[in-house]
Amino acid sequence: MIRTEEMLLNVGPQHPSTHGVFRIVLKIDGEIIKEATPVIGYLHRGTEKIAENLQYTQIIPYTDRMDYLAAMTNNYILCHAVETMMAMEIPERADYLRVIVMELGRIASHLVWFGTYLLDIGAMSPFLYAFREREAIINLLTEISGGRLTFNYMRVGGVKWDAPDGWIDKVREFVPYMREQLAGYHDLVTGNEIFMARIKGVGAYSKEDALSYSLSGANLRCTGVKWDLRKNEPYSIYDRFNFDVPVFHEGDALARYNCRMAEIEEALKIVEQAVEQFPEEGPFMAKVPRIIKPPAGETYVRIESPRGEIGCYIASKGKKEPYRLKFRRPSFYNLQILPKLLEGENISNLIAILGGIDIVLGEVDG
Amino acid sequence: MTDGKTPEELAEEKRKAVEDAKRKAAELRKEREKRNATEANPEEDLDLAKKKAVAAAKAKAAALRKKKELESSTATESPEESEESSGEEEDLDLAKKKAVAAAKAKAAALRKKKELESSTATESPEESEAPFGEKDVDLAKKKAVAAAKAKAAALKKKKESGETGVYDDKAKAAAAAKAKAAALTKKAEKESGDDDKAKAIAIAKAKAKAKAAAAAKAKGAKPKEPVVEEEKPSHNQPVLDGYVQIIRENLGEDLLEDAYINRLAKHVPTLVARKETYFKLAQFLKYNELLAFDYLSETHGTDFETHMEIYNHFYSYQNNQSVALKVKLDRNEPVIDSLTSLWEGANWPEREGYDLLGIRFKGHPNLTRIMMPDDWVGHPLRKDYEPYDVEV
Amino acid sequence: MDLNLENITPEEYEEMKQNVFLATLENVKAWARSNSLWPLTFGLACCAIEMMGSGASHYDLDRFGTFFRTSPRQSDVMIVSGTVTKKMAPVLKRLYDQMPEPKWVIAMGSCATAGGPYINSYAVVKGVDQIVPVDVYIPGCPPNPAALIYGINKLQEKIRYEARTGKRVTNR
Repeated sequence: MIRTEEMLLNVGPQHPSTHGVFRIVLKIDGEIIKEATPVIGYLHRGTEKIAENLQYTQIIPYTDRMDYLAAMTNNYILCHAVETMMAMEIPERADYLRVIVMELGRIASHLVWFGTYLLDIGAMSPFLYAFREREAIINLLTEISGGRLTFNYMRVGGVKWDAPDGWIDKVREFVPYMREQLAGYHDLVTGNEIFMARIKGVGAYSKEDALSYSLSGANLRCTGVKWDLRKNEPYSIYDRFNFDVPVFHEGDALARYNCRMAEIEEALKIVEQAVEQFPEEGPFMAKVPRIIKPPAGETYVRIESPRGEIGCYIASKGKKEPYRLKFRRPSFYNLQILPKLLEGENISNLIAILGGIDIVLGEVDG
Repeated sequence: MTDGKTPEELAEEKRKAVEDAKRKAAELRKEREKRNATEANPEEDLDLAKKKAVAAAKAKAAALRKKKELESSTATESPEESEESSGEEEDLDLAKKKAVAAAKAKAAALRKKKELESSTATESPEESEAPFGEKDVDLAKKKAVAAAKAKAAALKKKKESGETGVYDDKAKAAAAAKAKAAALTKKAEKESGDDDKAKAIAIAKAKAKAKAAAAAKAKGAKPKEPVVEEEKPSHNQPVLDGYVQIIRENLGEDLLEDAYINRLAKHVPTLVARKETYFKLAQFLKYNELLAFDYLSETHGTDFETHMEIYNHFYSYQNNQSVALKVKLDRNEPVIDSLTSLWEGANWPEREGYDLLGIRFKGHPNLTRIMMPDDWVGHPLRKDYEPYDVEV
Repeated sequence: MDLNLENITPEEYEEMKQNVFLATLENVKAWARSNSLWPLTFGLACCAIEMMGSGASHYDLDRFGTFFRTSPRQSDVMIVSGTVTKKMAPVLKRLYDQMPEPKWVIAMGSCATAGGPYINSYAVVKGVDQIVPVDVYIPGCPPNPAALIYGINKLQEKIRYEARTGKRVTNR
């Protein structure tokens, strides 16, 4: 009989693989995790409270900083919520610009995830490749919005800037380039024996668990639920594009990896079609009052961000500031399943599981 | 709102109209005061003044409406009418309020039969709407009814085909706990026998009956909503009525405090539960086979100063339907049952609600602070929050 | 100790002139330190992504001798990249204390400098300099990777200047 002893191991908040300030307290027995207690809130900045004293346009920069890997989607959710309340018509050109930048943002976000995830589980070079392509996207987005990471691009009723001359052509050229690079990633990583050994069958959960834990995005689609708000509750102009919702059934980290990689492909498809359909001219901003005052009442809308379902609840009293603003932050919900996944796992799988969920701490903590 | 006139012009017109109304009201008041001073028959006077005021208000409102009508001539036909006119409604509301205020001022001046006067005065602007747009209203109503009917039929058909699962006879009598067991065991059971078909039809019929009642209720429940919005029932109205019907049949009458369509949130059916029945209702929403809201999209609290409120957004993958469930809490003693036992996903959001708003969730497995440090004082998202800590 | 320079050829003398430097030990130390600044990977928020970006292929921070280290015990610069909350502050202080001397701090971005857009928040520390002494502030929200590289260059300059003159640039 071997006498074993439980040991407490603290991971984070400063840990290279937690992608920010995430802390998890592990109770381990040898190499096996007995219990995992996530501790979050190290980046809780009180955005929702600040927003109660700001006008709607002033809140948009704060949404950038929530999920800073896909700031465009976050811009959109706030604008979309206010536009839904005010029943506003968006010019077509603005809608196309929004979709293009959102999908480019989705690709960039997945690239960061791809790079850092591989870095976490021990492969250095994919990170360098992924960031090279991401830099190309960032250049495109910088050209249209002026920002590299926090764009503050969208406004209630449209977008802030029109596409500069030749920008659409650059995006058009980017799509085949990215396809080529994506094939390169697959050659480099997908199917690699070490990689497969590392993530295949790791952190698997069932469809029922995924639904019960309110998972969304690739974390839900990896269990076989074909669910994408772009398809199922089309917002903006997503019903005009022909794209698939990639679904995998294993529910493990590999399925999530495959899902995200396939999503890059689909996002490219959308960008390609949007560029083709892009209206030659037209306004990029609807006629909106100088001070935006949604009618009194409340709204809740949700859209598909790269990380899952992002929602926005606004309680308005008809004033220029929201009475209450609340974001449904997908990472926050997705992270909840972590203790369940870690229980009984080997400690070396911790990073493979955590990274697979794809969290952004700015979004987890709000 | 793509009419020819700019918002500024509109606003200008409106302002003028309002000013006119004010001026007239002032004149009337003066006149009356004069008469009062000369000890004229007060009752006759009042009547006359009232009539005059009503007439003036009527005329004004009608003029305003006509203008609007002209501007948004397409609005009456398109189904998006209610959405499009939301901006106008605001203005109309404003005008209404002003008219009411003017009338009230008059009443104060007279200091006689205040209640009577104010009540008629508040009614007057609404009255004034009636004569001119009746046809449109009727037409819209007819159309809406037809649409609702079509939808109900579709719903019925869907049910007949057995798509939405079986309606268990026993579940009707049994409480939610039983429904839960049934749902768990009978997930795959999706037969479409004649028995069920008949039942489904019966349900649909009952639903249609209940619709009228529910619609009336919804109307009554929203006194603040402008009248124009009521004209067209939302496309989700039959859905909501269906929910209400099922809930009534299974859990009794007094479970819901309110049920309405939230037009601002993409017409999501919204149920307001009572504090005591909140958990029961949530449980029912999840485990009833017809509803089957298996996904919790969002849960959070809000401090409305008069009360606390919890807002949940559920989604049913089976029916592709959303529902919002709200519950109002006492602000000083915010205690509510936790939904963690139904949806694991409610765990952290409820902790967040506890941390930032101080709402205590009964039955939560680990109700501790999540965002703030454990030694934090106060709940930051409450409206009366005073920062206690010293700066570092 | 004298150098015997009589027997060497002019060519050798020329070569020696290129390879032998005379300096104080302080200068040499500063030269060595400034060219191998090893920052702690301390990503807090959005700026962390730009920090990663500067370490990645396009900006390639490695060419300045700057490698990210994952442990405070192996690093000598702390790049505070992001919002420091009141919950995080004690942890940050402890990490700073764990770093071996000599150590420097770069406050990257508005949040770390002075609270940035979150200055009105109940949960945010208004500037990391209230917790640890800061050597270089980089403005921006978030700063461009090029700005971060410039900030690191400034820190190198500072280290060398302090060694050369014996003065302190900031009094902490």
